[in-house]
Amino acid sequence: MIRLEKRPQPSQAWSLATPLVAVLATMIFGGLLFAILGKPPVEAIRTIFWEPLFGEFSFYYRPQLLVKGAPLVLIAIGLSLGFRAGVWNIGAEGQYIMGAIFGAGAGLAFYPMEAVYIFPIMVIAGAFGGWIWAMIPAVLRTRFGTNEILVSLMLVYVAEQFLASVSLGLLKNPEGFGFPGSRNLQSYPSAFNAELIEGSGMHWGVVAAFIAVIFAYVLLRKHMLGFHIRLTGEAPRAAKFAGVNPTRLVLFCLGTSGALAGLAGMFEVSGPAGQISIDFNVGYGFTAIIVAFLGRLHPVGIMLAGGLMALTYIGGEIAQSNLGLPAAAIQVFQGMLLFFLLALDLLTNFRIALRKPEAV
Amino acid sequence: MKLTNLLTSAAVALGLASGAHAADTKVGFVYVGPVGDGGWTYEHDKGRQAVEAHFGDAVETVYVESVPEGPDAERVMTQMALEGADLIFTTSFGYMDPTINVAKKFPNVKFEHATGYKTAENVSVYSARFYEGRAVQGTIAGHMTDSNVIGYIGSYPIPEVIRGINSAYIHAKKVNPDVEFKIVWAYTWFDPAKEADAAKVLIEQGADVILQHTDSTAPQAAAQNAGNVITFGQASDMSEYGPKPRVSSIIDDWAPYYITRTQAVIDGSWATSNTWDGIGAGMVGIGEISSAVPADVKEAALAMKAALADGSYHAFTGPITKQDGSVWLAEGETADDGTLAGMNFYVEGIEGDIPQ
Amino acid sequence: MDLSAINPVLLIASLMVAATPLLLAAIGELVVEKSGVLNLGVEGMMIIGAIAGFAITVESGSPFLGFIASAIAGALLSLLFVLLTQYAQANQVASGLALTLFGLGLSALLGQGYVGVKPPQMGKLDLPVLSDLPVVGPILFSHDPILYFAIALTAGVWAVLKYTRAGLILRAVGENHEAAHALGYKVLKIRIMAIMFGGACAGMGGAYISLIRVPQWTEGMTAGIGWIALALVVFASWKPWRALLGAYLFGGVTVVQLNLQAAGVAIPVEYLAMSPYLITILVLVILSADKSSAPASLGKNFHASR
Repeated sequence: MIRLEKRPQPSQAWSLATPLVAVLATMIFGGLLFAILGKPPVEAIRTIFWEPLFGEFSFYYRPQLLVKGAPLVLIAIGLSLGFRAGVWNIGAEGQYIMGAIFGAGAGLAFYPMEAVYIFPIMVIAGAFGGWIWAMIPAVLRTRFGTNEILVSLMLVYVAEQFLASVSLGLLKNPEGFGFPGSRNLQSYPSAFNAELIEGSGMHWGVVAAFIAVIFAYVLLRKHMLGFHIRLTGEAPRAAKFAGVNPTRLVLFCLGTSGALAGLAGMFEVSGPAGQISIDFNVGYGFTAIIVAFLGRLHPVGIMLAGGLMALTYIGGEIAQSNLGLPAAAIQVFQGMLLFFLLALDLLTNFRIALRKPEAV
Repeated sequence: MKLTNLLTSAAVALGLASGAHAADTKVGFVYVGPVGDGGWTYEHDKGRQAVEAHFGDAVETVYVESVPEGPDAERVMTQMALEGADLIFTTSFGYMDPTINVAKKFPNVKFEHATGYKTAENVSVYSARFYEGRAVQGTIAGHMTDSNVIGYIGSYPIPEVIRGINSAYIHAKKVNPDVEFKIVWAYTWFDPAKEADAAKVLIEQGADVILQHTDSTAPQAAAQNAGNVITFGQASDMSEYGPKPRVSSIIDDWAPYYITRTQAVIDGSWATSNTWDGIGAGMVGIGEISSAVPADVKEAALAMKAALADGSYHAFTGPITKQDGSVWLAEGETADDGTLAGMNFYVEGIEGDIPQ
Repeated sequence: MDLSAINPVLLIASLMVAATPLLLAAIGELVVEKSGVLNLGVEGMMIIGAIAGFAITVESGSPFLGFIASAIAGALLSLLFVLLTQYAQANQVASGLALTLFGLGLSALLGQGYVGVKPPQMGKLDLPVLSDLPVVGPILFSHDPILYFAIALTAGVWAVLKYTRAGLILRAVGENHEAAHALGYKVLKIRIMAIMFGGACAGMGGAYISLIRVPQWTEGMTAGIGWIALALVVFASWKPWRALLGAYLFGGVTVVQLNLQAAGVAIPVEYLAMSPYLITILVLVILSADKSSAPASLGKNFHASR
């Protein structure tokens, strides 16, 4: 019978090969799905993976990959620190929303004044919004031992209701003819998170995402705190002996991931999205959890995973429009990709052996 | 503006290249929901299919569904423009700023934004005077109610919905001075379970007519189960619930408009416009009034519909007093479009406050 | 404002209907979590159940067959989760999220032909005398069979967990899978069965929405109820009867706020909608003192490697 054996060390070769195998498997099964739906499978796969990167209009799509991927990477980097230490923040969506509300709120408080310090204040406010929202599960866990998975998830719903409330009330555009939603920050120069070089897709959020990747890499590789994070996740008891302060670690991990998620929300609302509206959030916080795991909780892996997710979104839209694929088919396709990526990671840590199990 | 030039030249290049294709004109549609929502997006997609049927091979249509408002919408529009669309319909209020942004980059592509108010050289806006349909509904509702309680399911407290409530109330009151409105806000455009709950609650509180400004058929089903309650189809005809509870409906009929505008692009006569059409132009359809409605009521409703259609009657004709007691329209005066567009008050007689 | 317009009897009756899909999904997830597995894919399994139940009901004309199909469909989808987390050792949080994404997409594809179709209705309980009784009649004796089934299921799960050997083993696996394994229990098998049970329950919860509560099929019609069910399990601190109570509370908040609105009471809807989640957090904090409630192995993968 088939039996799994744990490898003494995760296989380096397989950890690099599995993502490629997973993408390949997705192409095959996705192609089958598209064929069943009566669409040309090869053309569809090519559209999704090739068109945004090297197609005729890639000069537009490549920057868009940055715009779509940056919030995912920024949030996932923060989450991965906690996930490594066994601190489960799955409420990044809520922290993202609160960051956006705080950031936009801070900017709009100054409206219509123009000043150079407004944007930095918004950045701080955005990070603070996400941080404070993450501090709720952090403090409850350290103080009362409450499960942070569930508290952070509950706070997503609270944040969503709060978003609806401010879109209809506090932050509603006074010149918006009564429609819900705030003023558009894109037309408020001091608060607008514009592209740094036009057409490059690079806005401050993308810059922040790259900085976060480097920061996380250095932290985990070179810094004592990073060592403590890894140690706590891998061997909690050893960590205790090594003098890790668990309270501080929980506060740091949740706080950092909250602040980064808040920043992502703030950069999104002040840049690409432009305004707070009832359904401003589009699930980046949840998708980022998947991105973090696809990236194997490694900063560089997360960056690549964020890019891959962004690719399937953008390629999927092109396939919808050009080939008439339903949005649902793209969703199923993404689901498949995630399944394969998650499932095949098995090969990194386990060896498949064909033999009889020994008697227990 | 390097990118702008780049994008434009790419579009122009493609515009030339697409001459080789079978279809000369390409029309894009951006939808906020899935085409299977049975309401708002479903009707827009029917409009798209009508364009295909009307022009045959001369026009190619493309669409992307469930596009979130914001940067994703902007990217989908840009992508359509890049791929050679000549005309793009963006069918949700939240697409307003993205539409304007993309339109700036593609001066040669025409954009049509539904339910918004920002226009540009190459951006038109269009919407329907659904409140005219509400006047017909109000007339039927006022006649048909026995309990004199009419339930109204609102989505969000925005001018579009408030206009509908006022119009329905004024016309129900006109034929039945004892009528009372109970209004609940669902805070969603689409959540069948919640809409069903809302309808049930209204029925339990004595309403025997349910008007809805949300898109699913859930309230229809709730009314059917409750028995002696009538409803009206919203966005779609919802005739599967006729002849009762559904006694009539307001249908969003975008097909004539979409065909006209596509024709204008083909002819090269397209110009920026601000269209707000009602029953007369066929953008607001009144679904068949079913056999559950007595003949005299049906006659009154059809007379109302005819008067609205030929323009001899405006749904907001004075004297009308606001809820706070101040005079809005004097005897014989009709409402101007500006006030209607931003309507944020109830008329006299409706109880309760608009939530803020 | 006219509070007398609210009929408390009808309020409770409709609250029970609103609570049933939540209850079904939550009871299933409760068993899953008791076995030490956290499946965040409830929403995906519910919507698959919603379309499968709807399609089979329309094709066969029998709502009962529809409900059976919905349970099978939910369980089948949960097998994907089994494959990922129990065999491939993938992270449960990420796998659950992927399951939801997949389920939402697949249901929309399957449901393309069923938009605007009216399903055959399931009959309601109609006992000659009892259903006509004032107050207790509408509350206790005039619902659809599935509502009673959900309550019976709650009782069943409670009894099994509390009094049977199977329940004991399930809890042991959830508390400490290493120890359970050492005692010779088949951790993997037990968890797989729990996950499939959870999938079947979630599927039926979805079908309850598409066949009874609404009834119609539209894409994405579960609209987040699966996520609320997850909250509910925690709120109930993994105890079946509390899940029942919680379902009425969570389902009730919507019904009550709509009732208040219709009666003309000006209420801040958003803040009321937040309240169940805030209460859940509060319950969590209170429960944290009581370490026995949450399964200790929740969310941790198990591999028998020795």
